[in-house]
Amino acid sequence: MPLSSDTTPVLLEVRGLSKSFGPLQALQNVDFTLRAGEIHALLGENGAGKSTLIKLVTGVLPCDAGTFRLGGVEIAPRSASDALQAGIATVYQEVNLLPNLSVAQNLFLGRQPTRFGVVRQGEMRRRATALLADFGLDVDVGAPLGSFSVAVQQITAIARAIDLSARVLILDEPTASLDRHEVEILFRIMRQLARRDIGIVFISHFLDQIYEISDRITVLRNGRLIGERPTADLPRLELIRMMLGRELAEATGVRIAASAQAPRAPCASFEGYGKAGYITPFDLDLRPGEVVGLTGLLGSGRTETVRLIFGAERADRGHIEIDGAPARLGSPRDAIRHGFGYCPEDRKTDGIIPDLTVRENIVLALQAKRGLRRPLARREQDEIAMRFIKLLDVRPPDSERPVGLLSGGNQQKVLLARWLATAPRLLLLDEPTRGIDVGAHAEIVRLVRELRDEGLSLLVVSSELDEIVTYSDRLIVLRDRAHVDELRGEEIAVPRILAAIAADGEVRTRGAAR
Amino acid sequence: MKFRSRRGLAQFVALLVILLVDRLVSPQFFDLRFQDGRLFGSLIDVLNRGAPVALLSLGMVLVIATRGIDLSVGAVMAIAGAIAASLADSHALPLVLAVALGAGLACGLWNGILVAVFGIQPIIATLILMVAGRGIAQLITEGRIVTFTSGDLAWLGNGSVLGLPAPVVILAGMLIVTAAVVRGSAFGLLIEATGGNARAAELAGVGTRATLLAVYAWCGLCAALAGIIAAADILGADANNAGLWLELDAILAVVIGGTSLFGGRFSLVLAVVGALIIQAMNTGILLSGYPPELNLLVKSVVVLTVLLLQSSRLTAIASRFSGGKP
Repeated sequence: MPLSSDTTPVLLEVRGLSKSFGPLQALQNVDFTLRAGEIHALLGENGAGKSTLIKLVTGVLPCDAGTFRLGGVEIAPRSASDALQAGIATVYQEVNLLPNLSVAQNLFLGRQPTRFGVVRQGEMRRRATALLADFGLDVDVGAPLGSFSVAVQQITAIARAIDLSARVLILDEPTASLDRHEVEILFRIMRQLARRDIGIVFISHFLDQIYEISDRITVLRNGRLIGERPTADLPRLELIRMMLGRELAEATGVRIAASAQAPRAPCASFEGYGKAGYITPFDLDLRPGEVVGLTGLLGSGRTETVRLIFGAERADRGHIEIDGAPARLGSPRDAIRHGFGYCPEDRKTDGIIPDLTVRENIVLALQAKRGLRRPLARREQDEIAMRFIKLLDVRPPDSERPVGLLSGGNQQKVLLARWLATAPRLLLLDEPTRGIDVGAHAEIVRLVRELRDEGLSLLVVSSELDEIVTYSDRLIVLRDRAHVDELRGEEIAVPRILAAIAADGEVRTRGAAR
Repeated sequence: MKFRSRRGLAQFVALLVILLVDRLVSPQFFDLRFQDGRLFGSLIDVLNRGAPVALLSLGMVLVIATRGIDLSVGAVMAIAGAIAASLADSHALPLVLAVALGAGLACGLWNGILVAVFGIQPIIATLILMVAGRGIAQLITEGRIVTFTSGDLAWLGNGSVLGLPAPVVILAGMLIVTAAVVRGSAFGLLIEATGGNARAAELAGVGTRATLLAVYAWCGLCAALAGIIAAADILGADANNAGLWLELDAILAVVIGGTSLFGGRFSLVLAVVGALIIQAMNTGILLSGYPPELNLLVKSVVVLTVLLLQSSRLTAIASRFSGGKP
């Protein structure tokens, strides 16, 4: 592996980059340096500014301030094709080529070899085959790109970028949908390209892969540069602290004593529950009057766990017992029938129905549960809506306003109200405090505790460690799509969580062994 | 209530304006006569002639509210008409109606299954029946124009109840039944939720598949009723021409009625008003003595006007120029 040192020539130099979207400062005075022949991992949690940085570098978005120098020459890409011309290419997780065209056509799109204006198909195929052979890929270049695996499509996209004389290659979560063998092929190609002095920016949520392939790591958090380190000198624990917040190392979070009652019988038990390629099988008991926290890095399987429990995704192994009796969760309707409720992470696409009013959004789940023939009278709907608007302090307190016009925090309260109206026994909250203002944040945390004290069972996903330690009675830590540790009582503290996330693969089976 | 109060104003104003224009080109337009136990006059004509498209739009509006579309309603009209006309002289009316309406329901269910179960895009799924349905209708009539003499079936086209033509009464009845089913139960909310955000609706426990199946089935039923009336009206069924292109009028009526093709909010009454707007234009042009070819041009201008009146962007521009409150 080529070890780039500080003396290696700098390829891409970004200085003082800033970008804001309205009041939101997405990037603030960020520097980024990519050296020739290095594989440089760009890391950060949600909202850290990774994708904004990529979009600015590739000219997809204009920057507010900052300079780019490529090979010492100042550039100002105005569009993705500008950037490509300058030598910066991006390959996304969802390959942005044309699946219905052949591999060869995709490789030479817009620059097909022609003679007298006619495309020379044979020549194109020959060159395409030769090009892919360089990458150790032997496929029928005449077949449609869409008929190949994502890995082949990605390698095709990379080959096209390199053949367009890209010097900087940005790979945005390329391994997210690849299996282990495909990842190895991709890594071999990445190393091969690095030897040809191409600079590679690698974005991934898989820490093991980052440590396997990258030479250097840059961490962003909340739009700021947290640090750039050689991978070999950066222990995992330190990296995770950089990603999640340095102050966490000291802060322990004020833990509120858990309810003193003896643990009750679980209302739902999951045993060996999982889905291949989605989440590693896990065991989990959920009890009334208990908050179970789920945490881990982005992409670690938090949302996947919750969706599986709610029946939004079907498990292909394992058993469930609800109140001690075997049950089946094949759809959200099954889960709702058992008294489950789910506030999804992505409120806009999975939660609210923007055109409908606050009232209609609140009564929707209750109405769906009651069925078609038992409609809630308008008077009942108004009464339910106003009760929850008051209880949760939804603003403005107007039950007839389309919910799409409300702020994020108030939309979240409407979603909570939707489930509370069904009188649930188990609430699944996926990042309930994300993207909402400080006031609403505190209210939702308070609400989680109140609901727990009323005897509800809660499963809460949060990436805010200092928040989740304050209300979790038990805390499950996830890594690489598996439940890797379970903390109880005094064990629930930020340093313990960081250690669990950072631990190497060998701890992986511990959670399952319990 | 401020988000609801202005809803429908544009459609009613447009209908009124078109009726006034009709009055200009035909001075007797508002005249009504009572003769042989029923009302006659151009206004009644608009209602009577508009009934089939209005019936289609009653089903179409529900489908469009789920973010779908049904291109097959014209063909379903032809199938139902062909069945009704073929059976009319040999069977009792209840059986004739049951078979014809049952066929429409089956057609709707077929569309619903393709869309809800197999996840085919509605425009493609219903295109299949749009093409095949006309073939089925031709098979039923064996390629001929089937005529009948049964007075029972004919009454549905030209009979009257309390002075109003039977098609108008059927339309009114169907509007009331549909409104009762949709707004009297929770069905309307589930339809709007499915169309507004199907993923979120599914996660909230809404049976989005069942909802889709039901709206396409209802749409098929409405189309069959329209087809029976059309056949009753001309005492026969012409599989080639019955209901031809009427799916487009029905879609237009729904859009004029303010229901977005992106699904969500819908209004049954305004969809019917939309159908009447289209018919008022047709009737007006016929009465005016202008060549009927002009009809299409005038129709498009009026449609454009109504849509511009509904455009929120245009409202924003207008309020900026007038400097008034938004």
